[in-house]
Amino acid sequence: MQVFGENTVRRILMGIAFSALFGLLLIALFIVKEGFPFLVKVGLRDFLLSSTWDPQAGRYGIYPMVVASLWVTLGAMVVGAPLGIAGAIFLTEFMPKPVMRVVKPTIELLAGIPSVVYGFIGVMVVAPIIRGHWGGPGLSVLGGSVILGVMVLPTIMSISTDVIAAVPQSFREGSFALGATRWQTVRMVVLKAARSGIVASVILGMGRAVGETMAVIMVTGNAAKVPHSMLDSVRTLTANIALEMGYATGLHRQALFATGIVLFVFIMILNTIAGAAIKQKARRR
Amino acid sequence: MRIPPRITQVGAVAVLGAATALTLGILVFIVVFVLQKGIPVVGWRFLLDNPDDMGKAGGIFPTVVASIVLPLLAVLVALPLGVGTAVYLTEYTRETKGTRFIRFGTDCLAGIPSIIFGLFGFIFFVTILRMGWSLLSGGLTLALMILPTIIRTSEEAIKAVPQAYREVSLSLGATRWRTIVKVVLPNALPGILTGVMLGIGRSIGETAAVIFTAGSSLRMPGTVFDSARTMSVHFYILAREGISTENAYGTAAVLILSVLLVNAVAYWLMHRFMARKHA
Repeated sequence: MQVFGENTVRRILMGIAFSALFGLLLIALFIVKEGFPFLVKVGLRDFLLSSTWDPQAGRYGIYPMVVASLWVTLGAMVVGAPLGIAGAIFLTEFMPKPVMRVVKPTIELLAGIPSVVYGFIGVMVVAPIIRGHWGGPGLSVLGGSVILGVMVLPTIMSISTDVIAAVPQSFREGSFALGATRWQTVRMVVLKAARSGIVASVILGMGRAVGETMAVIMVTGNAAKVPHSMLDSVRTLTANIALEMGYATGLHRQALFATGIVLFVFIMILNTIAGAAIKQKARRR
Repeated sequence: MRIPPRITQVGAVAVLGAATALTLGILVFIVVFVLQKGIPVVGWRFLLDNPDDMGKAGGIFPTVVASIVLPLLAVLVALPLGVGTAVYLTEYTRETKGTRFIRFGTDCLAGIPSIIFGLFGFIFFVTILRMGWSLLSGGLTLALMILPTIIRTSEEAIKAVPQAYREVSLSLGATRWRTIVKVVLPNALPGILTGVMLGIGRSIGETAAVIFTAGSSLRMPGTVFDSARTMSVHFYILAREGISTENAYGTAAVLILSVLLVNAVAYWLMHRFMARKHA
């Protein structure tokens, strides 16, 4: 016996199916609702391009944080992308299948290491090394880049591995038949075919790095100043929100939500580019 | 002079192999480093005693409880929504503008950083809906965060159920819904559970979204309306405020072990599911 008719079930399920979209809209709506009045009052230009962040004095410029987020993210990509892509190539093209079947799940398993743990490793291991070798506070752009780079490694590696593995075997066979070595085949055929997917994996890793909060708070030192070198202490957009959210009220709190809007837009742009890169690949197939 | 292809081949393999070894080495080092320092601290007393003096002494019992309750709350909310969405997308509709919209929304939600979830949970659940800093606010926020994972894994699990199973059920006179409940979902269960475990693993390790919604009270929560501190938040506070490095390592060890265990179960389930599919 069935309590509801088929059509009722369909309608209920359709309602449920919009829950994720509804959640997304709700999130966007409330972040904008809290932050937008601030943007109107202070002005987007002053907010983004003024370099003094001093809520007590009523100065809300997030330029240092925008720069910090860009530096740390790009630094993380410099560390994470080559290692991740090289690992993915080695895993799919040069490693025996049985070994790969052990290594790939291990890396995916390690992707679950909580971000606070990465931050802690940054403080206990990476920062002292930086301080000892190059001076400065140790908690710096460089420290943040290294830790975030390692953190996004599993993301980049596992997506790239899937993309490279999806390149049809016949492409490789054609290249071998022409007398190419394995590496020549990888460089000239496989990587060309998998290019947009690999780009997408790097951009998704970037999205993760831009959005990371707790690890970054722990390793970058959090000074709200424009950095001049990789050894300077910086505060990213995410850190700015998390550090002051606990006690902020009034205009100050609105400023943090406005920082959230900037972050949200950042992430949406990155995700759209990644999505487009993946789609472009699907179309070519 | 042109370098012969055989030499570049050897060089490339060496470089790529070294990069892979380095990657694995770093990740394994992180786990070993934390476990080595943390495991000596961990014992039954550490797990089951209440913390003293802000966590400087004593155990982490309330945070263990919070780290179990919070992910379960999140799954309780996200599972019906996620599986419902997946069933609708796979069984009740074809690819249309509407479904593309739903998928787009799911992908976007998956990409939102956890601090944004934290901001939203704080303003919506904690403040506007007046739930305060509580397990409930935290659970609902995390539910939104893990929803995309559960939708995606459920969808793939349901798609992997052979069409013939459905046809047999339908030909016996079962309705579409009855077929889904009696045939499709039971067969997709291991795949769906993979998503659930991945969601639980992510919830246990999450800090930014939790600290602003569930708060950081170190007392044992009595109901879901009480504030609570999860292991990851506790670890963050211990480490950042320099309360106790020793207990921070201990908490981190328990945290890492629980997340790795949960994720390992997820992969084991997925593996079993795939093995059966190919059989």
